[in-house]
Amino acid sequence: MEPVLVPPAAATLAGIPARLLFLLIPLVGVGLFAWILRRRLEPLRRAAPDDRFNRWGERLAAVFRLWLAQARQPRYFLAGVLHIVVFFGFLILGARSLELVVLGFVEDFVLPGFGGGVGAAYRALKDIAAAAVFVAVGILAVRRLVFRPARYAVPARYGKDHTPEAIFVLGLIATLLLSEGLFEASLLAAERQLGREAHGLLPLTLPWAFVRLLSSAPREALQAIHLAAYAVHDLTFFFFLCFLPFGKHFHVVTSLFNVFFMRLDPGTVKPVRHGVDDEGLDRLESFGVKRFEDFTWKHMLDFYSCADCGRCSDRCPANRVGRPLSPRFISIKARDLCFRRYPVRGPIAAEPAPLIGGIYAEDEIWSCTTCGACEEECPLGIEYIDKMVDLRRGMVDDGLVPQSLQKPLAAIEKRGNPWGKMEKKRGDWALGVGGGCRVKRFERGEAAEALYFVDSITSYDDRMQKIAQAAARVFCAAGVDFGILGQDEKDSGHEVRRFGEEMLFQSLKEHNTEAIRATGARWIVTTDPHAYNALRKDYRDLPPVRHASEVILEALRAGRLALAPAADAVRTCVYHDPCYLGRHNRLYDPPRQVIDLLPGLRRVEMEGDCRDRSFCCGGGGLMLFYEPEEEMRMGVVRVKMAQAAGAELIVAACPFCLVNLEDAIKVAGLEGQLEAVDLCELVDRRLARADERSTANGQGGTA
Amino acid sequence: MNILVCVKRVPDTAENEIEVRPDGTDIRREDLVYSVNEWDNYAVEEAIQIAERTGGSVTVATVGDADAEEVVRREMAMGAQQGLMLTDAAFEGSDGRGIAEILKAAVARGAYDLVLCGAQADDGAGQVGGMLAALLDWPYASLVNHIEVLEGKKLRIGREIEGGNQERSEIDLPCVLSIQTGINEPRYVGIRGIRKVASVEIPVLGAADLGLDPSRVGRAACRVRKLDYFVPPAGAGAEILQGSPEEIAARLVDLLKAKGGLK
Amino acid sequence: MAAQLFAFIPHANSRIDDTAPELAAAAERLFPGVPVTALVTGAAEGLEAAAAEATRFFPEVWKFAHADLAYPNAEILRPLLARVLPRGAVVLFTHNTLAMDLAPGLAVKLDAAYLPDVVAFEGLEGTQLRAVRQEFNGQVSTHVACDLAGGAVVTLRSGCFPAAGELSAAGRVVDRSGDVQGIAARRRFLEVVAAEVGDVDITKEEVLVSVGRGIGDKENLPVAEELAEALGAVVSCSRPVVDAKWLDKSRQVGTSGKTVKPKVYLALGISGSFQHLGGIKGNPFIVAVNKNPKAPIFQVAQVGVVADLLEFAPVLTEAVRKAR
Repeated sequence: MEPVLVPPAAATLAGIPARLLFLLIPLVGVGLFAWILRRRLEPLRRAAPDDRFNRWGERLAAVFRLWLAQARQPRYFLAGVLHIVVFFGFLILGARSLELVVLGFVEDFVLPGFGGGVGAAYRALKDIAAAAVFVAVGILAVRRLVFRPARYAVPARYGKDHTPEAIFVLGLIATLLLSEGLFEASLLAAERQLGREAHGLLPLTLPWAFVRLLSSAPREALQAIHLAAYAVHDLTFFFFLCFLPFGKHFHVVTSLFNVFFMRLDPGTVKPVRHGVDDEGLDRLESFGVKRFEDFTWKHMLDFYSCADCGRCSDRCPANRVGRPLSPRFISIKARDLCFRRYPVRGPIAAEPAPLIGGIYAEDEIWSCTTCGACEEECPLGIEYIDKMVDLRRGMVDDGLVPQSLQKPLAAIEKRGNPWGKMEKKRGDWALGVGGGCRVKRFERGEAAEALYFVDSITSYDDRMQKIAQAAARVFCAAGVDFGILGQDEKDSGHEVRRFGEEMLFQSLKEHNTEAIRATGARWIVTTDPHAYNALRKDYRDLPPVRHASEVILEALRAGRLALAPAADAVRTCVYHDPCYLGRHNRLYDPPRQVIDLLPGLRRVEMEGDCRDRSFCCGGGGLMLFYEPEEEMRMGVVRVKMAQAAGAELIVAACPFCLVNLEDAIKVAGLEGQLEAVDLCELVDRRLARADERSTANGQGGTA
Repeated sequence: MNILVCVKRVPDTAENEIEVRPDGTDIRREDLVYSVNEWDNYAVEEAIQIAERTGGSVTVATVGDADAEEVVRREMAMGAQQGLMLTDAAFEGSDGRGIAEILKAAVARGAYDLVLCGAQADDGAGQVGGMLAALLDWPYASLVNHIEVLEGKKLRIGREIEGGNQERSEIDLPCVLSIQTGINEPRYVGIRGIRKVASVEIPVLGAADLGLDPSRVGRAACRVRKLDYFVPPAGAGAEILQGSPEEIAARLVDLLKAKGGLK
Repeated sequence: MAAQLFAFIPHANSRIDDTAPELAAAAERLFPGVPVTALVTGAAEGLEAAAAEATRFFPEVWKFAHADLAYPNAEILRPLLARVLPRGAVVLFTHNTLAMDLAPGLAVKLDAAYLPDVVAFEGLEGTQLRAVRQEFNGQVSTHVACDLAGGAVVTLRSGCFPAAGELSAAGRVVDRSGDVQGIAARRRFLEVVAAEVGDVDITKEEVLVSVGRGIGDKENLPVAEELAEALGAVVSCSRPVVDAKWLDKSRQVGTSGKTVKPKVYLALGISGSFQHLGGIKGNPFIVAVNKNPKAPIFQVAQVGVVADLLEFAPVLTEAVRKAR
């Protein structure tokens, strides 16, 4: 039987068989795409090594969760749902597009396995998908053009607005959908006119609409539309493919790989150079990232993969308070630089391009608190902390360190703490513990089961010493046999490392590791999430490390801590997740559970800004010394969130959070309305003292 | 331009209270850490920046014992090409004049166009630069917070004077300048930088190498001798002034006058 | 021993410096009864008046007038003084930025001892002068012995010697301008660039009026500014004031701000946090004004006033103005 319309593969154009053209388009398209990809891979080949060909199971799981299941998309609900529609639309329509391409030179081509019932089901599915994507594209265009969500804006210093590119790509997608629909509908309309309709159409799909429109069109017109739609689809498809690697839509290609190779361990910092161990660091010529080619290949892949969705910067506390940092533009500026240095055509730039003073400014790189909110949010696994640390390593190596940070760094080098206070005073806080609790000192030859690693701020700062003293009393009350290193302890080096001073960190690590091992302690407890993260993620071969909240929770549940009944009225509190306890270590619940076991407290949440979306208080460690340009302090933003949640009490579980929050309460003028307290202090306050304990027990206790 | 920078290793007293030994002969040094004098560090940075702009090399010299080598090395890690240790038992106990005599001998052995010192060090005397210039018979400027190299062996310099004002002048080379903090932002030197220069040889010169008459230096040559250290007695807690606001204000005015708070 | 005594008198705007009577007093303390010769240099304008004013405190005033001395250039003054001063002379200076430029080299040129930044004299034994100096930013004091046998150049910290009264009979002016001839300066003065407004360096100020949260609002800042103006001081602050953007970051005292070394520190409405106090060095005379009698600032202040700064500061400003 004659086909109703001449199919593309059988048509002739000006006497030449069209199949030649329709064979040429994919050949040229794929060839061009391969060429572009090869050029795009060039910087990755010159990049620093990165150790990512490992842990296949975990990586496949990440691909399943983030890529296929689009797990992070709905965190921004409307945009996320629309993206999911487009994403699955692409997956579904991809098969149809492939089929169409082959149909250009193979008549009646059907994808293997897509015959019969499967084919019919697929046809229905792809029509639904096309319709859904078409609607989504429309909404996306309206959002971009009319509602213009703030996170897509491009501040003047970062260049031109990205809306035209976005709209252009939405136009390409719409063209693909419409041409596919017309190609199919023109044939169906012709068949229907002849009463030879092969299959029905779901209502409200694109082909359904087009068939209705074309029902009375003349045969010749339908034939012309059929071929034209095919040609438009074919050309658009390959144009789009080759256009992808020129901008943010490269993520369509790279996201799968980017997610596969993504950083799997939050809280860690990459080695200075993959393949060089700590002992080999001295032999490295240069440290960190100074020029574009010093980035690892995965970090370059990150730049290619950034979809410009703005979520990182939307959640970035530094960006929120007006510091000169926007993670989104860390990626985009690097991608622009990469495209300039490695053009698809023409010679590759020979001169190395220094990044600091080029595309990045010093203050921009020091502004990051390494809170991890950006990485938590990125739907396709782009990492920022390692890049910040690598860029800082480069600056430290070149001596580009702000004066405000040089003094604390020098003091840590000389005295093991950023204030340059005397080593012998490090354990002095223990003299003021009281409450019948005597703190053992490993430095004096005493032995204990657990080591309390206090770290610098809690050891030396008058206010933060109260956390250590409260923790000590709570540990005593819970029957924990613990001691401290006293003057044998040095700064954990957590921020030293994250501020790029790797060699100083290494020396601190060596010192502390030796001191800790010498104690014979079977486990380590710490009240400082930065120390907790350092000992767990940056140090090696230590006894297990636990945060105080875990130890306290266990003691409360085991009934080893006697609590006094609440004397005063019930107070409303919020728990502020410290970045290095929450996001970087996933300890969201133990502190909350401890609070919930304390009498006299009603806990609320800072909805939308808690747990893995916690808003950084301003940063710890060396960040206390850095003087950023900013319009507002992060802590002020945070205490206002707590106030909005209706809290009278903001509970932190980190000494740096407490510093920042207490300061912020004063700055925001919320004294008397809001109080900041450390979890250990809170528990200590509710402890039944020895003299009260008998009464508490008499009442059956609260624990 | 070849530049010599004179540096001193001093106790780092930023955060810690200085305590005096019970016998008053010295401060308690056992718990102190040492570093390069802050002003000297600015001087080295300035020298490096000048050499980067105009060519030439930077030499860092110190008068001190073997312990002082660490600060020379640290400044070399910043970018000074040479170090120089001026070490001799005969140098011990030198006063400012004695130190200047030693440095003069070191300057005479090299071909320097410019000598930089810190404006002052731990003893707050601020004397060595001016004395060195006088011994060399070179022009001198103190508290320098700006340096521009001009054509014709001259510099345009700024000095920080009272009220935060800046005195600008032109000075002929060779000259000695003492550098005020804030003239630049000294670069950071980490452990890694120091390790890179750890094996660089630093020449050590004594009195004989410098052709110095030992009677001009050391304790015996001192015209100013430190007798003891002491901490001036301080009151415990504030004296709370009582009375009407006017009475308190009048009393405060008298106190402020006495303490130099009313100029 | 008795030596020939000289005092170098700084002057500006036809007035001798406030420290001139202090130099006279210090000289009297050093060698009671020995006449002191004042040295006054400058160009015609202002020099006459300054020299005349100096005769109220010194029996003899050497006047050096020369166009090159219109601005005190240490590179001209040093050879000049080395030329005119006798061997063995004891010369007193105020320890200021000119003396820091001039005096150490002068000591070498005169082959005299150099004793800088003295805060007190404690007597003379033979040729050995016993004096008090400070080290480590004023954290510790030292007794030093200075041998005056070969002469000495001594600089005195201002405000440490009570000013001398005027002489019963005014001294005389001796014009030594002829000695200035033929000194070639290898450093040529160009200009003085005034510190920019808003670019005050609080780390170099001797008197600071520092405000904390107690100031309450940006609109109340003039209360502190007026007091500072009356005192000839500069306004600094604690961190919350900067965070509230009431004052520039350059004004902040504290571990996260500037480290200051004033002589006098007026803390208005500052509680005295550890971070704030960490920025105050050199044992200044601290006056604390705070509503809260338990504020930690009272632990470190020498003098305290328990009052609301907004009420007390204007009263103090008025008293200071009257005292001028």
